[in-house]
Amino acid sequence: MYRYDDFDSAFLAARNAQFRAQVTRRIDGSLTEDEFKPLRLMNGLYLQLHAYMLRVAIPYGSIDGVKMRKLAEIAERWDKGYGHFTTRQNIQFNWPKLQDVPDILDALAEVGMHAIQTSGNTIRNVTSDHFAGAAADEIADPRPYAELIRQWSTDHPEFQFLPRKFKVAVTGSPNDRAVTRAHDIGLRMIERDGQPGFEVIVGGGLGRTPLIGKVIRDFLPEAELLPYLEAVLHVYNRWGRRDNKYKARIKVTVHEAGLDTIRAEVEETFRRTRIEWPNGHAAALEQIRERFRTPDFVAGGAEAFEVAKADPVFRAWADTNLAEHRHPDYAIVTVSLKAHGATPGDATADQMRVLADLAERYGHDELRISHQQNVILPHVRKADLAIVHAMLLKAGLGTANVGLASDIIACPGMDYCALATARSIPVATELAKRIDALRIEHEVGPVQIKISGCINACGHHHVGHIGILGLDRAGVENYQITLGGDATETAAIGERAGPGFAYDEIVPAIERLLLAYLEEREGPTETFLQTYARVGLAPFKAALYGPEKQRDAA
Amino acid sequence: MPRPFTPKVVTANALLEGDVVYLTEDNRWSRRLGEAELLEDEAHADLRLIEASRLQGKIVGAYLADARRGPDGPEPVHFRETFRSRGPSNYPHGKQVDLPHR
Repeated sequence: MYRYDDFDSAFLAARNAQFRAQVTRRIDGSLTEDEFKPLRLMNGLYLQLHAYMLRVAIPYGSIDGVKMRKLAEIAERWDKGYGHFTTRQNIQFNWPKLQDVPDILDALAEVGMHAIQTSGNTIRNVTSDHFAGAAADEIADPRPYAELIRQWSTDHPEFQFLPRKFKVAVTGSPNDRAVTRAHDIGLRMIERDGQPGFEVIVGGGLGRTPLIGKVIRDFLPEAELLPYLEAVLHVYNRWGRRDNKYKARIKVTVHEAGLDTIRAEVEETFRRTRIEWPNGHAAALEQIRERFRTPDFVAGGAEAFEVAKADPVFRAWADTNLAEHRHPDYAIVTVSLKAHGATPGDATADQMRVLADLAERYGHDELRISHQQNVILPHVRKADLAIVHAMLLKAGLGTANVGLASDIIACPGMDYCALATARSIPVATELAKRIDALRIEHEVGPVQIKISGCINACGHHHVGHIGILGLDRAGVENYQITLGGDATETAAIGERAGPGFAYDEIVPAIERLLLAYLEEREGPTETFLQTYARVGLAPFKAALYGPEKQRDAA
Repeated sequence: MPRPFTPKVVTANALLEGDVVYLTEDNRWSRRLGEAELLEDEAHADLRLIEASRLQGKIVGAYLADARRGPDGPEPVHFRETFRSRGPSNYPHGKQVDLPHR
């Protein structure tokens, strides 16, 4: 885990003191809202539908026990006892009061956390693979690179007023769990001639113009990472459209100018930025790497795991919530924040403390937040899995549904968000309850349902196997379904199934889809996505809207 | 012919808590939509919005929201305003706490 040095701490203290003074001036009337708004947004403070919302950065989704406990304290002391983990691997507090926010930021700074660049047209929190440092399929831990990018991009004077926000994702594995193809820049670690480097993907993004990122550089040596990123940002800063907010992201720049033109511009600029970094960033990267030491894994004990599987409840959980660790005697535990009927991504202060305890006692003090809105214990000895599971169950965190139909991503939607056009949370909770009541999710197997409450697509609906988009159609909530989206290295944007459904029709519609899949599939090993790829839209359309003839008559 | 004017209320968020508030006839900011002044004349509505916007020390982001006359004062027209008047649907954390009859 990266620990702040004196420079980081002093910088944060100065920023927080500045913001405290700004809040005071807003409350005493010396600043108008127009003057104050950009200042609060620079510190992650939004005004939402019912209250302020503070978005706290969890860099690349990595957190430890002390930090998690601090989030619990904040939730209890200044919020309503819970926090919401987001698809950007951050946490949002939904009810802070303006006058308390400086104290909250000071509390965060005590443990080296902040809300800087969680908003605004800047380089946002760098996201990464939530299995980083633990995955069996990993070439290298992506977090030192993510941290390097964080240090370079934080308060970078040239990139504080970009045409629009800018999101970077890094993965160290060929199996992409960080949705790198849906980011402004995606970095996918690869090796060439034994040397580590990156495939650089540019211009991906969801939102109102969903586009899959394109490879701008098929191999970038590790040592040239920052000069190259700086070149991309230089070009974007000059070319990005400031005339139209909806066309200001780099994906539109790349789309309009063409990949070859942008690539040539970047390479040209890169010749200069390379010279500006005569010694590269090898020393900085080395220093950062020292802070991401691989834990001292303890060998043995795996037999206990086999014994524990005699318990069917444990076994069901192990089947869905564990992933292969690089060490044979360890497992990666995904803790589901998707109990059937609960708000996706929410954790109470007590649950956060349980997670902190488990990390410290059984997990080498590491926790991750996934973009799927779950929490990961990346390093758990197989010998300890049974006790970890028992403690999770006691805390209401033992749901065995990771990767299944009720493991739904949902943005806050119109229950909280000022931008939303429809609700997402109740759709997710009602759907999960229905799936649970039908007892079909283990039979259905891996399927990703993702819900957004507006076209900005925070709920990643475009890349859901089943995507749901909530819209306002003439003053009524209406939900569009897309099918066949893919968030992995084979990323794809889902295809619209047809007309949307009313609020009370959407859950039965998804139920019909899942049942149609069970009918259509060639066998239990063919996943939803594979069946969709084989049979296409037609049978699912029939399940949603009835047979074609009937539709024509209607 | 000009379209008939849909009645409005002036609404905003409270500066400190962020709570949804409504402008009353006697220039208070109430947490209850039912207490809001229903503005049935367009020119008067525009004027009230300008007056509200001057009260920057107490509120943020005043705007005119569609409303209609109900037995207990103004009622929301659009579902977004219904949610704003009640609070989120997943937890009893908003105004629905004070409005058990709704």
